[in-house]
Amino acid sequence: MINNDSQTILDVQNLHASTQGAEILKGINLTVKSGEIHAIMGLNGSGKSTFAKVLAGHPDYEVTQGTIQFEQHDLLALSSEERAQAGIFLAFQYPIEIPGVANSQFLRLAYNTVQTNRGREELDPLEFDDFVREKMKLLEMKPDFLDRSVNEGFSGGEKKRNEILQMALLEPKLGILDETDSGLDIDALKIVAKGVNHLSNKDNAIILITHYQRLLEHIVPDYVHVMEAGRIIRTGGKELALELETHGYDWLHNNPKNSAGASA
Amino acid sequence: MSAVLQNLVNQPYRHGFVTDIESEIAPKGLNEETIRLISAKKNEPDWLLDFRLKAYQKWLTMSEPSWQNVHYPKIDFQEISYYAAPKPKKKLASMDEVDPELLRTFEKLGVPMHERAALAGVAVDVVFDSVSVATTYKEKLAELGIIFCSISEAVQKHPDLVREYIGAVVPVGDNFYAALNSAVFTDGSFCYIPKGIKCPMDLSTYFRINTEGSGQFERTLVIAEEGASVSYLEGCTAPQFDTNQLHAAVVELIAMDNADIKYSTVQNWYAGDENGIGGIYNFVTKRGLAKGVNSRISWTQVETGAAITWKYPSCILRGDNSVGEFYSVAVTNHHQQADTGTKMIHLGKNTRSTIISKGISAGKSNSSYRGLVRIAPTAENARNFSQCDSMLVGNQCGAHTFPYIQVRNHSAKVEHEASTSKIGEDQLFYFAQRGIDAEEAVSMIVNGFCKEVFQQLPMEFAVEATKLLSFKLEGSVG
Ligand SMILES: Nc1ncnc2c1ncn2[C@@H]1O[C@H](COP(=O)(O)OP(=O)(O)O)[C@@H](O)[C@H]1O
Ligand SMILES: [Mg+2]
Repeated sequence: MINNDSQTILDVQNLHASTQGAEILKGINLTVKSGEIHAIMGLNGSGKSTFAKVLAGHPDYEVTQGTIQFEQHDLLALSSEERAQAGIFLAFQYPIEIPGVANSQFLRLAYNTVQTNRGREELDPLEFDDFVREKMKLLEMKPDFLDRSVNEGFSGGEKKRNEILQMALLEPKLGILDETDSGLDIDALKIVAKGVNHLSNKDNAIILITHYQRLLEHIVPDYVHVMEAGRIIRTGGKELALELETHGYDWLHNNPKNSAGASA
Repeated sequence: MSAVLQNLVNQPYRHGFVTDIESEIAPKGLNEETIRLISAKKNEPDWLLDFRLKAYQKWLTMSEPSWQNVHYPKIDFQEISYYAAPKPKKKLASMDEVDPELLRTFEKLGVPMHERAALAGVAVDVVFDSVSVATTYKEKLAELGIIFCSISEAVQKHPDLVREYIGAVVPVGDNFYAALNSAVFTDGSFCYIPKGIKCPMDLSTYFRINTEGSGQFERTLVIAEEGASVSYLEGCTAPQFDTNQLHAAVVELIAMDNADIKYSTVQNWYAGDENGIGGIYNFVTKRGLAKGVNSRISWTQVETGAAITWKYPSCILRGDNSVGEFYSVAVTNHHQQADTGTKMIHLGKNTRSTIISKGISAGKSNSSYRGLVRIAPTAENARNFSQCDSMLVGNQCGAHTFPYIQVRNHSAKVEHEASTSKIGEDQLFYFAQRGIDAEEAVSMIVNGFCKEVFQQLPMEFAVEATKLLSFKLEGSVG
């Protein structure tokens, strides 16, 4: 929610990024403040996932121009693990499978690493077990999921819930959810939305990447941005998503308003 | 491959120091004279000299095998010194009299001796350049009738046992390197568990090659009588030299009715530097005979070192209902090459074998699994399950699988599964995005991959193996 005494969490200015010689992000501007929920929409291939991965520091992408400030610090100076420790969390569009590594083991290592870096107490395996089971209830997950290998053989819905569970454990400042809604049936969608709403508070912020208005009925955004060919071409309130749903993306080209990227 | 993967494999070798002890070294080269010299130095009975000479004659007629998937320059067997013994100042009556320099070496190696040995419940028979220097816990074991000593000592004190079993599982002419070993072996370990005795502690030997240009040819013989059981641990290290050294050991295991032998190896020979200079050639013949009914031979190996590894710990399942097992982790990095696997020869009825092989290749290394499962016509209802998994770290390494299956009995059931996976950039990014750096990520992925094998190792060895693997792969991810 938008409030007056909020802090700027993320400030992206004129961000350009390329991979294998091809420029994919072509000048993104975006400011996100604490308490806010931003939706980024756009057709397949418009650069939404690339933007998310660049924020998280994926080594495949090179930032060629522009700046990213995260809580008044230069985010581009940090490695991907330092960004995670500093409070950037990416819920992956396609969560990765890690055969042979038990979910409980993975989650505990992630949790304890991040806790240590934030100067907080680690949890021993027993304490962590209690802690993680409590969080799992929020997402209505079966207990046996802790013993299974990370994402291996998980259904699409289970993978996405696992992402949100990790977000619940790591308590990020900025959660970036890349198409967390895709591949979910309506019940799973509601569970995930409930989880995200529960985690959203006045001190953190969320960027939701989605194709569909559907998710935005359950997680109501403060701003909606439309991305096309590596730029944010339109920014509006939550009603923009509805208009897009009704008229399609082409409608934007026939109704050119201000195409400024930065919000508020 | 990103820079994170690159950095993870290139750590210096920790055991690369040379102990400054006067060695007594035989002149280079191999002929009957060398063999007579070794035999005379060791005060051996005539039958053993005959055994050696017979092996030497066989060896002369054989040629170095070339079918394995490894590449190295031809070895000049006349350039190797076949005998190197640390010169003892006097006869050693206790550990306190062992050369302090030697003890420091063991300390650097982390060999658990003295109280450490006692705490860990490990009896150590240390082989230092072929001659056993000190043996601990012998008395305690002797009370149970267990013999655990160097093979040289066994030749002197228990000649009938040695004579009966040496070469019984690996005949002198079995293969080129086994013949060479039979001709020139200088020491090794001997272990005899009498009828009905369960050895109360793990028996452990540490091998270390110290002298540049010396080959090491140990000979190990483990016999478990009816109803006996033993778990034997072998750890290996070698200092760093620019020249390659040859290590051609022979290990023979014999299990009688209802006997059980578990043989675990953690091998960390010097692997050569990151450009492939130096390192040990590890050409080893290991074979177990499950001779009696319901007997079991189980091999577990964690192979992380050596420039070239060429070994196939095998089981001959002769007794009805006997069981053979092979659990292996082989890690190669830089220019290391490994061609390793097992042979399961089913002769008896209802014999069962399990093969679990995990190969991890990083850098520019190559690793091959080569395995044979043979079900003889006599092996009614034999069962085999094989699983061979390979993991690649980076884009320049290779993994290969060569399974050979020969079934001569229709009642047999043989299953083979294989997989290849890769530690990908995307996996590492996933870990990184959760705050975990590449080293920890690789360590967790690799340990997960090897879990089924590590579970077979005794506790202290499993911990050691886990550390060794992480250490070995440091710098390989980037
Ligand atoms: N690693 C990559 N290598 C080459 N091209 C890429 C890579 N990542 C993304 N692209 C290209 O960048 C464009 C944007 O992709 P992406 O960010 O995944 O879009 P979206 O998430 O909006 O569907 C696409 O044309 C895609 O093919
Ligand atoms: Mg996408």
